[in-house]
Amino acid sequence: MDKKKVVVGMSGGVDSSVAAYLLKEAGYDVIGVTMEIWPEESGEDMSLHGGCCGLSASQDAARVAQKLGIPHYVMNFREEFRENVIDYFMEEYLAGRTPNPCIACNRYVKWESLLKRSLMLGADYIATGHYARVEQLPNGRYAIRRSVTAAKDQTYALYNLTQEQLSRTLMPVGEYEKPQIRAIAEQLHLPVAHKPDSQEICFVPDQDYAGFIERNSGRTIPKGNFVTADGTILGQHKGITHYTIGQRKGLNLAMGHPVFVTEIRPETNEVVIGEAEDVFTDRLICDHLNFMSIPDIKDALRVTAKIRYNHAGAPARVSRIAEDRAEVVFDEPVRAVTPGQAVVFYDEDYVIGGGTILRPFM
Amino acid sequence: MDKFIYLDNAATTRTSPTVVEAMLPYFSEYYGNASGIYSIGVKSKEAISESREIIASTLGARPEEIYFTGGGSESDNWALKATAEAFGMRMQEPKTIGFRKRGYETLLPEDTAPVKNHIITTKIEHHAILHTCEYLQKQGIEVTYLNVDENGQVRPEELERAIRPETFLISVMFANNEVGTIQPIREIGEIAKKHGILFHTDAVQAYAHLPINVEELHIDMLSASAHKLNGPKGVGFLYIRRNLRIASFIHGGAQERKRRAGTENVPGIVGFGQAAKEAFETMEKRSAYETELRDYLIARILREIPYSRLNGHRTKRLSNNANFSFQFVEGETLLIMLDMEGICGSSGSACTSGSMDPSHVLLSLGLPEDLAHGSLRLTLSSETTREEIDTAVETIKKIVERLRSMSPQYEDFCRRM
Repeated sequence: MDKKKVVVGMSGGVDSSVAAYLLKEAGYDVIGVTMEIWPEESGEDMSLHGGCCGLSASQDAARVAQKLGIPHYVMNFREEFRENVIDYFMEEYLAGRTPNPCIACNRYVKWESLLKRSLMLGADYIATGHYARVEQLPNGRYAIRRSVTAAKDQTYALYNLTQEQLSRTLMPVGEYEKPQIRAIAEQLHLPVAHKPDSQEICFVPDQDYAGFIERNSGRTIPKGNFVTADGTILGQHKGITHYTIGQRKGLNLAMGHPVFVTEIRPETNEVVIGEAEDVFTDRLICDHLNFMSIPDIKDALRVTAKIRYNHAGAPARVSRIAEDRAEVVFDEPVRAVTPGQAVVFYDEDYVIGGGTILRPFM
Repeated sequence: MDKFIYLDNAATTRTSPTVVEAMLPYFSEYYGNASGIYSIGVKSKEAISESREIIASTLGARPEEIYFTGGGSESDNWALKATAEAFGMRMQEPKTIGFRKRGYETLLPEDTAPVKNHIITTKIEHHAILHTCEYLQKQGIEVTYLNVDENGQVRPEELERAIRPETFLISVMFANNEVGTIQPIREIGEIAKKHGILFHTDAVQAYAHLPINVEELHIDMLSASAHKLNGPKGVGFLYIRRNLRIASFIHGGAQERKRRAGTENVPGIVGFGQAAKEAFETMEKRSAYETELRDYLIARILREIPYSRLNGHRTKRLSNNANFSFQFVEGETLLIMLDMEGICGSSGSACTSGSMDPSHVLLSLGLPEDLAHGSLRLTLSSETTREEIDTAVETIKKIVERLRSMSPQYEDFCRRM
């Protein structure tokens, strides 16, 4: 029988390099692909990026592929990335929300587009170096499961994958701890064994989101007022794209005690300021629902809900309130429920599903 | 390496065994520095002049007009930057200062006024020209990028209209690397001569594939590269018409008549000479063979694959070049699948990062973006066989069919038909 063919998305980093190795060892016919996703830059700027999919990425990945003895190709996904990730990122901020571009990138670029092209090449699967596992459950459905290591859990950004996508996905790294992965890379003398982990938002290397949006959206972001919940003006803000819910730093408000962003109102261009306790809420509404381990929710369901990437998760009850809309009620109030971020529901290690936070329910 | 069919000879060619043989003694036997006075140095020096003479004779030039370089891109850079410096760079300083500190210009001496600061080139040049032009624009040089017609040819009358009193250089490639279109070089040379403007041509794809006489064609500077004619990589030359005073590009020792410093790449230069000699001896026969095979390839593809088109001029093209677009097919995926089947083709310029953006050449020919994305360049050599072409055509047919069967756009299109 023919070997199963798998396309591994190789970023040039340690995790995806070892993923390619593990699959080759497991007997797959492995093809390495590096996705080019950022707008082309002039030669002089080339060295600025070094993150997840930086420009050194394809060279590093090519060296690893050579070392592993697998073919390697570079594919251009710039258009897909601009439309589905960069444009979305900017629109969300301009609408007063705080997006998670990695989730959009995973669903639409890393999975939808890469999978489509990989199937065209005759592949059976695509694989990545995520710290997560894909499992088919007794009910026949595919779900993402937390990796064996809690320290590097990357399941949050994967909740939005479809069943079709999951059925063709392999994540071999999810069975290992990060130090084990590094050890394998070292053993193989992979040239990337000591590369630092990528982080934050890869296409904004200086983390100046507001500046990025201003440069790339062609819009000037107007200044506006800091107000209290009842409308009292407290001062002037730099433009809503500079803020997120729960933010304390960089407000430049001398109130004599710590104050926080509690709400962003794009229609009036106001940023609402409140006390520490105003940032807590026990309810939220979410939409753009996607379910993994179950086809849908019928009655209220007990879950552990994560409201951002580094949130530990909190016990809650989810119930459907409308077509593509759910309400999440937490047992205890949670801090900084942020519109635009994802809320992801877990049953122990398994991702049940999730949605996009529409608003906290005050 | 497994068996493969090599159809990317515009990217580079196999160094011919006789060229390698000619080069070999100059690594370990005659390794002397050509500047030395001892006999193995003299041996190197003689070998260099022999290559220079061979190459000069192929162009109708004199040996002292041939300057060896590190390759085609270096030759292009030199030609553009050095002429810009000779004619126009004097405006750089006042412009920068004036920009930084308004009003300061008035304090500058009058002789810093710009003399000539305008280059005319085309939109379909190789990046070695285009990116150098962009660099020069940042230094204050003005550049006109001429459009080309749907076949990729410059319109001479449009070129003539673009000439200004400040124009000091016209740079138009001899033949295009992606679509193979040959430019009306004679007309362009005549226009340049008539207006007293320098004429440079990037002949990297054309040299030793087409007859070129620099005198008859009024060419003042010409770039070429050895590895496009079964010579070694890393060696090229720039022909510079005698009496043309442009500065050195690499400063240092007195090599290449003080205009290109650095110890000569003797084996490379010897290889270049040998490759040129062989290529000119075989040119007529080779190009007849390649043309026939090329036309066979073109005919089969256009006849047997629906919704395919040939890019570039039907006849005024390099004898070994075929460039196709297939509607509803992503070029990148096609290339990868061809590679998996052992067929080496390309999308056009190999000098990009490896992934494909729509080709600037195909966009200039007026192709819509999706077709410019999905092109396939196949470039033959005298070693390419009819069997290889048949295998390639069958494989392309199979892959195009498969990719179309998975394309929603194609499905849509068929439904509407």
